[in-house]
Amino acid sequence: MLSLEHIKKTFHPGTVNEKCAMRDLSLHLKEGDFATIIGSNGAGKSTMLNAIAGSFYVDEGSIFLNGKNITFEEEYKRSRMIGRLFQDPLKGTAPHMTIEENLALAYLRASRGSIPFSRISKRDKAFFKEQLSLLEMGLEDRMKQPVGILSGGQRQALTLLMATLVPPKLLLLDEHTAALDPGTAEKVLDLTRKIVEKNHITCLMVTHNMQQALELGNRTLMMDDGNIVLDVEGQERMDMTVSALLEKFRIGAGKALDNDRILLS
Amino acid sequence: MLYVMQTALELGFMYALVAMALFLSYRVLDIADLTTDGGFVLGAAVSVTVAAMGHPFFAVFAALLAGAAAGFVTAFLQTRLGVPSILAGIVTNTGLYTVNLMVMGWSSNVSLLKQETLFTMLRDTGVGGSWYKLLLAAGVTIVAGILLVWFLGTRLGLSIRATGDNRDMVKASSINPVFTISVGLCVSNALTALSGAIVGQYQKSADINSGAGIVVIGLACLIIGETIFGRRSVGRNVIAAVAGSIVYRFLYAVILKTSIVPIECLKLMTAVVVALAIAAPALKEWSAFQKRKLAARQKGGR
Repeated sequence: MLSLEHIKKTFHPGTVNEKCAMRDLSLHLKEGDFATIIGSNGAGKSTMLNAIAGSFYVDEGSIFLNGKNITFEEEYKRSRMIGRLFQDPLKGTAPHMTIEENLALAYLRASRGSIPFSRISKRDKAFFKEQLSLLEMGLEDRMKQPVGILSGGQRQALTLLMATLVPPKLLLLDEHTAALDPGTAEKVLDLTRKIVEKNHITCLMVTHNMQQALELGNRTLMMDDGNIVLDVEGQERMDMTVSALLEKFRIGAGKALDNDRILLS
Repeated sequence: MLYVMQTALELGFMYALVAMALFLSYRVLDIADLTTDGGFVLGAAVSVTVAAMGHPFFAVFAALLAGAAAGFVTAFLQTRLGVPSILAGIVTNTGLYTVNLMVMGWSSNVSLLKQETLFTMLRDTGVGGSWYKLLLAAGVTIVAGILLVWFLGTRLGLSIRATGDNRDMVKASSINPVFTISVGLCVSNALTALSGAIVGQYQKSADINSGAGIVVIGLACLIIGETIFGRRSVGRNVIAAVAGSIVYRFLYAVILKTSIVPIECLKLMTAVVVALAIAAPALKEWSAFQKRKLAARQKGGR
C-alpha cells in the first residue's frame, strides 16, 4: 500500500543549520493499516508525513503509494490520494467561505476531478447535510455561515469530514487533536476512529499521547533521530503497557524518550 | 441634468468592470495586481484598432484575449519566476506601454471616425431609443457580473477563492496554486480589458494615457460599494462593485458640474479616500489602543 524505501532528507545542507531529518528510513504499510507514531522532539515524525505528502522532495530513496512511484510527483497531485490534517485547526479550511462552499470544494475536487466547471446539486447539499449531522455539532443547520466563525474543534472536525468525504487512499494525521481542549479532542478522535474504520482508510497518526498510541489502530511506530526505532503490532502490541513501551524505546534508541509534551496516561 | 445623470450611469457601468476585476484579484485572490492601468489601455487600443478595421464585435473578443494574455504574463512572473506579485504587475504594466503604442500603430492615440462601433450598431437598430448607450453599457456589465458570480461557484472558482483565502489549505488539497492564480489573473485582466474595450468604442478613441490611475479609481469604487452593501457573499460583492462604480461617477459628475472641488484635484482626492479606506482597520486599532492607554493613565493617577 505505502512503501518508503531508504529515504533520506537533510535540511539546509552545507550551512550551520544543517539538519539530517531522516536517515535511511524505510516503512511498509499494508492496506487498511492504522499506525500511530510517537517519538522524541525533532525525531522526524512530521518530516516523514510531509515527505509522504510531498511538501518537499526527498534527497535519496523512493516512495510508493498503491504500487505507483510518487517520489517526484508534485504535492497537489499526490493530495488526490492523500488526505491530511494538521495540528493547527486553521490550516484545513477556508475561513471566508461558507461551510457548504468548503465541503463543495473538497467534494467536487475528489468526486468529479476533471470537470473544472462542475457545480454542486441539491442532492449534493442533502448529502453534505447528512454527513455534517454525523459530527453531532449542529453544523448541519449552519451551512451558509463562514467557517471563520467556528471554534477550533468544529473547524478540525469539518476538516476531517472534508478530507474523508470521498475516502482517500491514505490519511495523514499530524497531532490533529493536540491543539483542542480535552473534550473536543476526545470527540474528534472518536470521529476519526469511526470514519477510518467505516471506510477502511490506511492511516498514519502522529500523537504525543502514549496511551492513545497503544489503543488506537493496529500498529505503533516509535521514531528517534530520523529513523523508526520500534515497530510493534499484533499480540505483542496488545500486551504492551506504556512503561514497557518506554523501556523498549530506551533499548531501541539507546536513550530515554525525550519529549516535553508527551502524555503518559 | 438628465443628460449628466445618463452619462454618469453609462460611465459607471462601463468602469464597473474594472472594479469587478479588482474584486477578483485584490479581494478574492488577495493579490494587488497593478497590471490594471496598462491592461485597460490595452483593451481600448485593441478594441478601437480592430473596430477601425470594421469588426466592432470581434474587437471586443480580441480585447478580452489581449487582457487575459497580459494577466497571464503577470501570473507567470509571480508563480513561476518568483517575482514578488506587486512588482510582477508593475513590470507587465511598464512593458504594456510599448505594446499599447504598437497596437495603435506607434501613435499615442487612435480614433474612430465613420466606422461602426457596437454603440452605433445598437443605435441604428433603434432599440433603447435615446438610452441605447446605457442599455449596452449596462447589458455588458450585468452579463459579465452574472458570469463572474456563476464562475466563482464552480469547482475552479471555489479553488481560486480558496487559494486567496488559505494557502495552507490549498497546499494540502489537490489544488495547484500556480494554475488557480494564473486563471484568476487572466479572468481579472480580461475584465479590465473588456472595460477598456467598451469605453474605447464609446468614446470612439483610445489614448495611451487613458489608463492612468484606473487601478486606484477601481479600488475606490470597490470600497464605496462594499461600504454600502457589505462583503457577505460573492453575489453581493459583485453588486457592490457595480454600485460603487456608479456612485463614484455620480460624485464625479456632481464635482464637475458644481466645481466644489477643482476637477484637477480629483485624482488626489480619490487616492486619499482609497488610502484612508484601506487604512481604516489599522487606524481603528491605533485609536482603540490610544484610548486604552489614556484610560489606564487616568486610572493609575499618573
